[in-house]
Amino acid sequence: MADRPAQLIACHECDLLQRDIPLNPGCTASCRRCGAVLYRNATDSINRTLAYTLAAGILFLVANSFPIFSIEVSGDRSAITLFGAVHALWEQGVRTISVMVFITAIVVPCLELFSLTALLLPLKLGFVPPSYTLFMRTLQFIEPWGMVEVFMLGVLVSLVKLTNNFRVIPGFALYSFGLLTLLIAAAAASFSARDIWNRLDEMLGEEEL
Amino acid sequence: MTPVDSGIASAAANGLCSCHVCRLVSRRSRFSRHEHCPRCGATLHFRKPGSVQRCWALVIASYILYIPANLLVMMETGSLINYRKDTIVSGVVHLWKTGSWMIAVIVFIASVAIPLLKLFSLTFLLISVQRRSHWRPRQRTRLFRLLEAVGRWSMLDIYVVTLLAALVQLGSLAVVKAGPAAVAFGAVVVLTMFATMQFDPRLIWDPLQKEDIHD
Ligand SMILES: [Zn+2]
Ligand SMILES: [Zn+2]
Repeated sequence: MADRPAQLIACHECDLLQRDIPLNPGCTASCRRCGAVLYRNATDSINRTLAYTLAAGILFLVANSFPIFSIEVSGDRSAITLFGAVHALWEQGVRTISVMVFITAIVVPCLELFSLTALLLPLKLGFVPPSYTLFMRTLQFIEPWGMVEVFMLGVLVSLVKLTNNFRVIPGFALYSFGLLTLLIAAAAASFSARDIWNRLDEMLGEEEL
Repeated sequence: MTPVDSGIASAAANGLCSCHVCRLVSRRSRFSRHEHCPRCGATLHFRKPGSVQRCWALVIASYILYIPANLLVMMETGSLINYRKDTIVSGVVHLWKTGSWMIAVIVFIASVAIPLLKLFSLTFLLISVQRRSHWRPRQRTRLFRLLEAVGRWSMLDIYVVTLLAALVQLGSLAVVKAGPAAVAFGAVVVLTMFATMQFDPRLIWDPLQKEDIHD
C-alpha cells in the first residue's frame, strides 16, 4: 500500500479536502479542521477482524441456545432465552417491542457477523469476495442498529431488579453474552473499511493487468 | 475560538464528492442529477439529500411521541403482595427508593437524559444550520458526534421490559406486563436514531465556505 499515490480524501463530518498520508501502526489520522477520525492504521486489520468475527459467530449461536437466567418462586422455575423473550412478547400482543428487540438483538448482529465473514474470509484466502459492494453497504447501513452491548446492560439491570423479589439463577447464555459483547467490540475496533477497499483496489488492479 | 480559515476548501466547493459508502473522492458535475461512485456504484450526493427537512420531520414526530412515552404506563408489576403501574420516571424513582441507586442512575441516563439530550441537541443543530450560523462549528460537530455515540443506549429500558415481561409470568404469584408507553418510547428511540442519521454535519461547516453548495 505504500507505493500508492497520495489520494485525496474528504472529511465525512466537515467535507474538508485533505491528503491521505501513510500512518505508523496504531496511529489515527484526524481531520485538522473538525477533529473527526478520518482513518486508522489498524494493525493486521483483516486477519484480526476475521478471527474475532468467527469467534463471535460461534458465541452468538451459544448465547442464543441457552437460557440467560431463570427465576425460582416456591419451587416454580421459569427460564428465558433471548428468542424465547421475543416470542413471549409477540404472544402477549406487544408486537412492536417484540420486533424491535428481534431486529436489534438478533437479526442485525447476525447479519453483521455474516457480512463480515463473507467479506473477510475470501480476502484472507486471496480472492475478491462475491457481491462485495452489497456486503459493504449492508455493514454500513446496519451498523447503528446492532445493540448487543446495550442488550447486555439490559440483562444486568433486569438481573438486579429481579433479585429484589426472586431467587435468580444465572444461565450459561449470560456469560456467553458478556463474552460476545467483548468480541463484537474487538471486531469493531480492528475493522477498517478503508483497508478492505484498499485491498479490493489492489486485487482488482492486478486482475486488470 | 478556533480561527476560521476561509481559504480552506471543502470537497464540494471543488466539485469533488466523497462517496458515502466507500469514501472515494471523485469529480461530480453539479448539473447532472444522478451520478454514481466509480468504485462502488453508490449514488453520489454532495450532501445528504433533504437532510434538514427529513431531520425536522423525525424530530417533531419524536417530540409528539415523547409525551405518551412519559405519561403512559411503561411496566405493570403485580404480585401477591403489591401491584404497581410505573411510568418511566416513577420506575426510576422506585428504583432509587428501594436502594438500587446504581441501576436508578443508569436507567435515568438511558431513558430520560439521553432522549432529551438528543431531541434538544438536534433542534439546536437544525436551527443553527438553517440560520447559517458561524458559531463554534467544532463544538457543534462534537455535539453531533456525541449524539451518534450515545443514541443507542436509550434502548436499555425496552430490553429490560422485554426480559421482565417474558420471564415473570407466574400466574397469581407474580406477573409483569409491558405497558403502552413502551411502544411510544421505542418509537422515540428509533425515530431519534433515524433523525441523527439524516442530519448532515457538513452543513455546519458550509456557511464558513465562500461558495454555496447545492445538491
Ligand atoms: Zn473534518
Ligand atoms: Zn463509493
